[in-house]
Amino acid sequence: MTLSLETDIALTVNGAPVRARVQARTHLVDFLRDELGLTGSHAGCEHGVCGACTIRVDGLAVRGCLVLAASLDGSTVDTIEGLHDSGAIADLQEHFHVRNALQCGFCTAGMLVSAHELLQSDPTPTRDAIRAHMSGNYCRCTGYQAIVDAIEATARARHPA
Amino acid sequence: MKAPPFAYVRATGHEHLFALLAEHGDDARILAGGQSLVAALNLRLSEPRLLVDITRLQDPGVTFDGHTLTIGALVRHAEIARHPLIREHAPLLHQAAQHVAHPAIRNRGTFGGSLALNDPAAEYPACMVALGATLRLRSAGGTRQVPAAAFFQGVYTTVLRPGEILEAAEIRAAPAARSVFLELARRHGDYAMVGLAAHRTPEALHLVFMAVGDGPTAAPHAAAASPRGLAAAQEALAQDLRCSGDTQASPATRLHLARVLLGRALHQVQA
Repeated sequence: MTLSLETDIALTVNGAPVRARVQARTHLVDFLRDELGLTGSHAGCEHGVCGACTIRVDGLAVRGCLVLAASLDGSTVDTIEGLHDSGAIADLQEHFHVRNALQCGFCTAGMLVSAHELLQSDPTPTRDAIRAHMSGNYCRCTGYQAIVDAIEATARARHPA
Repeated sequence: MKAPPFAYVRATGHEHLFALLAEHGDDARILAGGQSLVAALNLRLSEPRLLVDITRLQDPGVTFDGHTLTIGALVRHAEIARHPLIREHAPLLHQAAQHVAHPAIRNRGTFGGSLALNDPAAEYPACMVALGATLRLRSAGGTRQVPAAAFFQGVYTTVLRPGEILEAAEIRAAPAARSVFLELARRHGDYAMVGLAAHRTPEALHLVFMAVGDGPTAAPHAAAASPRGLAAAQEALAQDLRCSGDTQASPATRLHLARVLLGRALHQVQA
């Protein structure tokens, strides 16, 4: 069998069907950025440590740098652009803004995807639960307090005591 | 960094998989969740010519027949962490899964991938040894069963042969057992500095450490000394562990931390 370094995939990105021929070695973030022009997803460490590339695949938050685009035939991908356009995280984004939960913004897309998943599975998390869930997302600007504040404020606004 | 070039094939069934492995031998690597493999590829620590994706193969999933809990190799960490059958019949594994990396990695990484890789700091190998689990291996020639204690053979090494995959783990339920999984890491979800799987049945106490050396490390001396008290068990632990040092902790620090975890675990399983 002759081995091809490229693979054909058909997937759904932010609700739209996409067909592409990708190099097998290309991870999801590079595919989104370089092939589809969706530059909201950021590649940071590219070995799964920093969380800047966190993105939704089939409804679950994953590391975009640790998923090969070639493996996503038939999958559904939602990027920060799609989540923004849908309005699903508008309040979370607003609280990040109001609380100053970002400075350079490099980690923010991944932070929002992780926080969104937390608030879906645990609508009123404690601050400890927020910290545990967000432990896989590095921020080098804020010192995290404002990020925890923003997530907590979003949960309280959605579910007033 | 970016991964080197390789080809990708999605196995459509076990026959297809075993044919690919037979044809490509050492040039092929199995891709399951990819949460260790893709990181290693991006770092160019591994340069296979072919990745064989097994994630669409039929998997046993999680089942319980009244005596034995079976967990398929393709079950993801997040599923291990929340599955009611695992919580009920293998609470040790349920606890351990909360420590496996971070949520986004748990959504993708697989139970079998972690076992087959046998990273020295991985949680599941220690749990499998502590629980006396049996691992079911499958190849073109059929299946064989290997006790967990014989499966793990040192750093990133197992008894898996070329052309053979891990299919499932079988764990005998122990209703009267008490078990606790503890781990110390600098950041929640990071690689452990030390971890301990403790499983107490009416017959025996099983203590298996992780991240102290070259894989799951049983501590029979500490277990044997435990009836004489905590201090005796902690003293005896030095006979069980030959801790390694790295940038996270020196051998002496590791032994100290292992004794701390031993103390916490004994309080919980004996209480």
